[in-house]
Order: sequence, then C-alpha cells, then structure tokens
Amino acid sequence: MEKVIETRGLYKTFPRKGGSALTATHYCPGCEHGVLHKLIGEALADMELQDRTVVISPVGCAVFAYYYFDAGNVQVPHGRAAAVGTGISRTKNNAVVVAYQGDGDLASIGLNETLQAANRGEKIAVFFVNNTVYGMTGGQMAPTTLVGEKTETSPDGRDPLQTGYPLHMAELISQLQAPVYVARVSFSNMAKLKQARQAIRKALEIQRDGKGYAFVEVLMACPTNQKMNVEAATRFVAEQMEKEFPLGILRDRSADVRPLVRAESDYRKETLDRLLHLDTDRAPDAQLDRAAPTLQLKMAGFGGQGVLSMGVILARAACAAGKFTSWYPSYGPEQRGGTANCGVVISGQPVGTPMVTEADVLVAMNRPSLEKFAGEVKPGGWLLYAAEIGEFAAPAGVRTLAVPALDLAKEGGNPRAANVAMVGVLAGLDGFGLPDAAYREALAANFAGKAKIVAQNEAVFALAKRWGEAHRA
Amino acid sequence: MSEQAQPFELPYPAIDPLECKACGRCIAACPKKVIALGTKLNARGYVFAEYAGAGCIGCLNCFYVCPEPNAIAVHVKAKEAK
Repeated sequence: MEKVIETRGLYKTFPRKGGSALTATHYCPGCEHGVLHKLIGEALADMELQDRTVVISPVGCAVFAYYYFDAGNVQVPHGRAAAVGTGISRTKNNAVVVAYQGDGDLASIGLNETLQAANRGEKIAVFFVNNTVYGMTGGQMAPTTLVGEKTETSPDGRDPLQTGYPLHMAELISQLQAPVYVARVSFSNMAKLKQARQAIRKALEIQRDGKGYAFVEVLMACPTNQKMNVEAATRFVAEQMEKEFPLGILRDRSADVRPLVRAESDYRKETLDRLLHLDTDRAPDAQLDRAAPTLQLKMAGFGGQGVLSMGVILARAACAAGKFTSWYPSYGPEQRGGTANCGVVISGQPVGTPMVTEADVLVAMNRPSLEKFAGEVKPGGWLLYAAEIGEFAAPAGVRTLAVPALDLAKEGGNPRAANVAMVGVLAGLDGFGLPDAAYREALAANFAGKAKIVAQNEAVFALAKRWGEAHRA
Repeated sequence: MSEQAQPFELPYPAIDPLECKACGRCIAACPKKVIALGTKLNARGYVFAEYAGAGCIGCLNCFYVCPEPNAIAVHVKAKEAK
C-alpha cells in the first residue's frame, strides 16, 4: 500500500491571501516560517486538535499566519499575543492556544506581557521565531541580534556598548517558576529538525492536556534580510546563532504537573452587571433605534468644576432612557486644578467611538476650555458657557448661551452644583430625547446615599430647567 | 523482488513545479542527492527542483525542510498493519 506524506493542518489553498498565487505562501524563498507552519499544522492534525485550537498571528512576517492554519485564528497587535492568549485561554478553558511570535514582537514590545504570562503559567504554547532580525520592516536590529551582526540599524555590527547584548528569551523564561516546558530548537540539520518536531509536539501536548505554559524558541535564518543564500543562512544558524543561543530542552516538568483547572470563567451579562453595579432598573438594556440621531456632547473646564460628573449625569440619564451611551474622560494628572473634559455620546445604536471631535453640544465652564473647543461645535449646535467667562466671540452658525450656572446653583440651594445647573439648562433647552424621569434618576444615582444633596440637586435641576425652557431659541 | 515491479513500492517525492521557489533546501537535505534544480522556469518565474526519477529512499527530509506547504509530497510504502 502506498502512503502519501503531505502537509496537514494547513489549508489547501490560501484564499485570504488574494492575488494570483493562491496555493503559495507569502514568504520569501528559503524562509523557514513555512517549515514551522508545517510542523505545527502536522502536530495539530495528528493530535486532532484543530477544532480546539486558536492560533494567534503576530505582527511581523507571520502576520498572515491565519491565511494558512486550518484552525481558529486571531491576529493581534505587536507583542499582545500573551495578553490575548491569556484572555482566550481563560474564557475557553478547553482551547489550545498557540502564540506564534517573532523576536521583535515577543522580545521587544511584547517582553513584559510575555514574561508576565509565562510567570502566571498561562495555558499557551508559544512558538518564538528568533532570526536575530526584524524581517517584515526591512532588516532592523532586533533584541536578539548577535554582537557584531550587521543589520540596517547596526550597519557596523551590533555594538554592545551602544545596544547591549542579545536577549536570551528561553533562559529568561526558564528562570520563572510556572512554565512547564522551555526548549530551544533549530532546523539547521535534519537531526535538529527532528528534535524541533518533537519539542513542538510536546508543547502542544501540554496544551492538549491543559497543563500550562510551554515556550519553544526556534532559531531560524532570514535569508532575505541577512542577504545570504539558504546554504549560508543555515550555516549562520548552526555556527553563530547556536553558539550564542544553545539548543536544548531547558525545562520539562510535563510529567510532574497536573492539568491546570481554574474556576470556570463567568462572563454572563447578569454577572457582569452585578460586578459593575449595573443590576438596577436604572440601567436597562439599550434599545436599538437606528432612526434616532447620534448626539455628541462635550463638557470642559477646570478640574474640580464638576465637568466629569456633569457628563456622568447626562450619560446615566441616557442609560436610564435605554440609549446606547458612552462617557469618555480626559484629564491631567492633577487631582484638583488642571483642565478636564469629557465626551458623552448618546445614540440609538452601539457607539463606535467614544471620542467627541464634532460636538452637538459644548458646555464650557472656563475661558480656556471655551476657546479650545468652540471650533468643534457643529453648525446649529449648542455652545453653553459659564456666564462668569464674560464676552466671547462665538463661531458663526452656533447657538450660544451664557448660563448663570453658579447663580442658579446658589438659588437652588447648593452652590457647588453649577454642573447640575448646566444639566438642568440642557434639559430645559432641548432634552435630547431623554424624559424628565431619566434625568431625575441620574441625579439620584449620582449622589446615592446622600439624600440631602439629592434633594438640593433636584431643586437646582428644576430651577435650571425652567431657566433653560425660557431661553429656547 | 517481484514486488518492486509495482510502481508504488518505490518511494518518490512528488514535487509540484508550480509551487517550488527554488530555495534549494530539499537539494541540500537529500542524502541520496537525487533532487536538483532544473533549468526551466515555472509560471511564477522560478526554476524548480526536480527528482532524478530514481534513488529516493523515502527519508522525508525534503518534505520536512520544504517551506512551501504545497510543493512536496513524498509517496512511500505504507507500513504493514500489525
């Protein structure tokens, strides 16, 4: 009987790739990414793990690994595979998580997250491609570039006095207590390739059995950026890289550790609502209403003037009215003083971005904020500002109103509630499709437990609302 | 001896000329030196590796070192089921 040994665990064609060569990878001739892809795919197929597997594509030449792996796939920003892998692993306890990362991705921008995930013993098989150079971006120096190695950004060779020494990732990870398996392998001859194949299978077996963190560093050449043919590149791996980065199994605790079973993650909506104190009738589920306009509001002023809580009150009112709502603050490091602003988006459909750059309403509590943000108000929009600011040249086409918010607050019985007065004026001017009851609920919720303040704020709100109604355009 | 007369009894690499990128890894890895680069260009503009037609021992080296998933499949004799 005949048997055909062929690639498994990868797609037969790569339609996501597009272009004319749908059966070829996007990798350069001689690149070993394809070798590693085939070994991982073969192991996943042999172990029947494809339906449980999520392969995380990195940033780097393997950014399109999801073109190839016939498994679940996600692609993440630079260095974030450890964080996303943690999330996947913890939400899908049965998932086999494969993080496929290069030296720039893992050892530079992702170093922190990599070490933290390893230290937590996350259930992830990490395949770390170390080819001592940034491939996709054109051959810059990597954290693992050898001393003396020439790259685009170390044209005279890496100088340790300037840029330090190659990072030994496998050794670093092996210093930690939690990892189950740490190995460094290469493909520089057939015997080493077979050892690499075993290490890859071991790392995936550990995931199949849910035992914890496995890290396999794979030394590779990058013929293109190292400007070598395959023969010279392979020699470079064998004679120089392996001298700096010795091959071997640095740790294997797989026979000693038991499957890691964490408490079942509970991401049901009711659980999250309870955790976030949203399990009240003040925060009903938002109702889809695509015909409703999307409103963008911005509140700005000095820190301490209550602009952030002004936004919170409006956002809470919108939530109470069943609107899709976001509240997005921006403020300096100062606890008091400094400047602060927040954007509130109120919509009949899910909010795409919480950033407010074109405002239907601007509320400015001081002159710097007024001057800074007045230009962001849409034609026909409202520009409300504290009356104390005084004379102000308003942009054309904008409805401006100087609001005696402080006086209204004093008159209503709470001189600190100028922000509540502004909300009241907004409600009186327009209401923005939110019923009066929603505003009152929001006011009550914002000072819950302080009945006296709630009563004062109600009075300020009512007074300010009447003022607003009297000043409708 | 008569078994060898059946074509599938002898292992051989099936190299898809279209998928080869001419990197030469299979040539370097072949212990019997029965793979070589040809002289013709494929549709994608590469010369491509070709099997000499005899001498393959089914070691699979060429398959494992080949980075292109669809370029090489090795036909071998299946092990007898025990």
